[in-house]
Amino acid sequence: MKTTARFEIGYEQLLDPDGKPMVKRLPAFANDKKTMLGLYKTMSLTRAFDTRAIALQRTGKLGTYASCLGHEATHVGVGSAMAEDDVMAPSYREYGAQFTRGVKPEQILGYWGGSERGNVYEGPAAGDFAWCVPIASQCLYSAGAALAFKTRGEKRAVVVFLGDGGTSEGAFYEGLNAAGVWDLPMVFVIVNNRWAISVPLARQTRAETLAQKGLAAGVRGVQVDGNDIIAVRKVADEALKRAREGKGPTVIEALTYRLSDHTTADDATRYREAKEVEAAQRKEPFVRTRKYLESLGIWDEKKEKALVAENKKTVDAAVKAYQEAERDSVAAMFDHMYAELPDSLREQREAALREAE
Amino acid sequence: MANRITLVEAVTQALAWELEHDESVVAFGQDIGANGGVFRATDGLQKRFGEKRVFDTPLAEAMITGLCVGMSTQGMKPVGEIQFSGFMYPGVDQLISHASRMRNRTRGRLSCPMVLRAPYGGGIHAPEHHSESMEAIYAHTPGLRVVIPSSPRRAYGLLLAAIRDPDPVVFLEPKRIYRLTKQEVPDDGEALPLDTCFVLREGGDVTLVSWGAMMNETLKAAAKLAEEGAEAEVIDLGTIKPYDSETILESVERTGRLVIVAEEPRTAGVAAEIAAEVAEKALYSLLAPIERVTGYDTVMPLFQLEMSYLPSVERILGAARRTLEAKR
Repeated sequence: MKTTARFEIGYEQLLDPDGKPMVKRLPAFANDKKTMLGLYKTMSLTRAFDTRAIALQRTGKLGTYASCLGHEATHVGVGSAMAEDDVMAPSYREYGAQFTRGVKPEQILGYWGGSERGNVYEGPAAGDFAWCVPIASQCLYSAGAALAFKTRGEKRAVVVFLGDGGTSEGAFYEGLNAAGVWDLPMVFVIVNNRWAISVPLARQTRAETLAQKGLAAGVRGVQVDGNDIIAVRKVADEALKRAREGKGPTVIEALTYRLSDHTTADDATRYREAKEVEAAQRKEPFVRTRKYLESLGIWDEKKEKALVAENKKTVDAAVKAYQEAERDSVAAMFDHMYAELPDSLREQREAALREAE
Repeated sequence: MANRITLVEAVTQALAWELEHDESVVAFGQDIGANGGVFRATDGLQKRFGEKRVFDTPLAEAMITGLCVGMSTQGMKPVGEIQFSGFMYPGVDQLISHASRMRNRTRGRLSCPMVLRAPYGGGIHAPEHHSESMEAIYAHTPGLRVVIPSSPRRAYGLLLAAIRDPDPVVFLEPKRIYRLTKQEVPDDGEALPLDTCFVLREGGDVTLVSWGAMMNETLKAAAKLAEEGAEAEVIDLGTIKPYDSETILESVERTGRLVIVAEEPRTAGVAAEIAAEVAEKALYSLLAPIERVTGYDTVMPLFQLEMSYLPSVERILGAARRTLEAKR
């Protein structure tokens, strides 16, 4: 039998776990101090926010919360590569990516604290989609947004995040197929953190990589070390440039690890070995980023301490804003159902308001 | 100039009008391009407006629905076609989880001015899965608008209104009457009101409420009742959700009798909702128990039995006569 097609999946890693470059020449931005400091600071803020959010949940001040512990380099690397007028479609833990788009930490707390007002983003995120809980369904509306950009001839791209579990969903494949058939300006970011709640990747798929799932739809796929901020940013830059230039979509599989429970309602010790988590901990994204910054001579213990203090201030202010925000009014439940409230709903609204008095 | 067209031609005419007058409108679905749709609802539109505005999609209903959601959040007005309503279910996740709640969950930051069209209903000897009337699924979903036209003129005016509406609309087209009659439909871009009933016949003895293809049976029953000396008021619901209860209540308060006619399965249907609301708000005006003439709580049968499933003029007459004969 002759071979009619051959495929390859590339893997990008530029920093080793000790922060040493693995190639002779890193991408130009890796030598730009301002860029690198910005990336690290956003990662660090994300970690500080995440830690506090879990503490708030544990003390009854926040609803169920999905931690992003260990995903910071992937989220910040991809988010920072986006142009302001690109559109992001998150799943439900991409806080680091959202911070790069101007979403405020108090808005994220607002959402997990039970109010839709947390989804009212401003600035670059004003056109971004809100959280998507039904797994991988974001892939379909993301394709729609990308098709709108393509139809209007706009040089804008859509970045859609999903997890390893999400790649088992039909919506993922249908979204990929749409992206492929129309060469849509889209980047699928599969955050492969090895666990879909309690189901490990080996029980999710027989595929060697998740990036290759794009190939069947004619979409290029690339793997990246998701804990390597420089590698993530590089592949995201390339994918977004291609998308905006009309060269078509990309699947980025970012290999990372979910160091936390799935959410605060989960207990991962029920289904995974501590040894595995310890091994993953040794590859986490912060140490190598910090060591790399130190090697550039732009970071030290003193700066780290100052950043920790600054993050605490930022998060304190966000928590204060969240806790001082007024509760949603009962009317808010009705007022955004339709552009104009139908009579039948007006009647229900009035009844609910009377009930609330 | 007379422009006598069928219901399906009225759909085409409305699509063409909006494509012509609003550049943010696009239409897509399976086989709707060169083929013009399996029922020809998009006949000639691709040729006229080009492949960027009117195009075929891969065979994936969830994707078609999701494209509508995503495009509409970015300022376009997509009109997606699902080839038959029985194939809408893969896309129901996009309708329930996203289209219907986008505006609410973003507090108005994003919204979905989209239309999802599909031929629906029984009575054309179609294969399995092609004949169901499941409008209640969509009517039950908060945030959706469900519209079902019953004549060429209403198909034109309501589809224009649906496309212009700032919220998501499920537009179900009764395929049994796609080509049943012709009506003069001026191509003037005039929309008909949504969320409003249409009174097709006035009468003071009994109120008959229906929608879609069943309007024909219902009007025939009303004509027969007139021969028997009873004047029926016939109301076309038009918009199934949110529906115009005011017109129905006002009518029932005059007639004291209500018969609701629908193809849908009986339990937890739209007819049940109307009956419940009338019982809540106009019980003391009723001179007879409310009657529902609906499909059964059975699987929609293959076509040998489909006419036994669908409400017939005789069944409607039976129900109407019972209400007229009831003694309080």
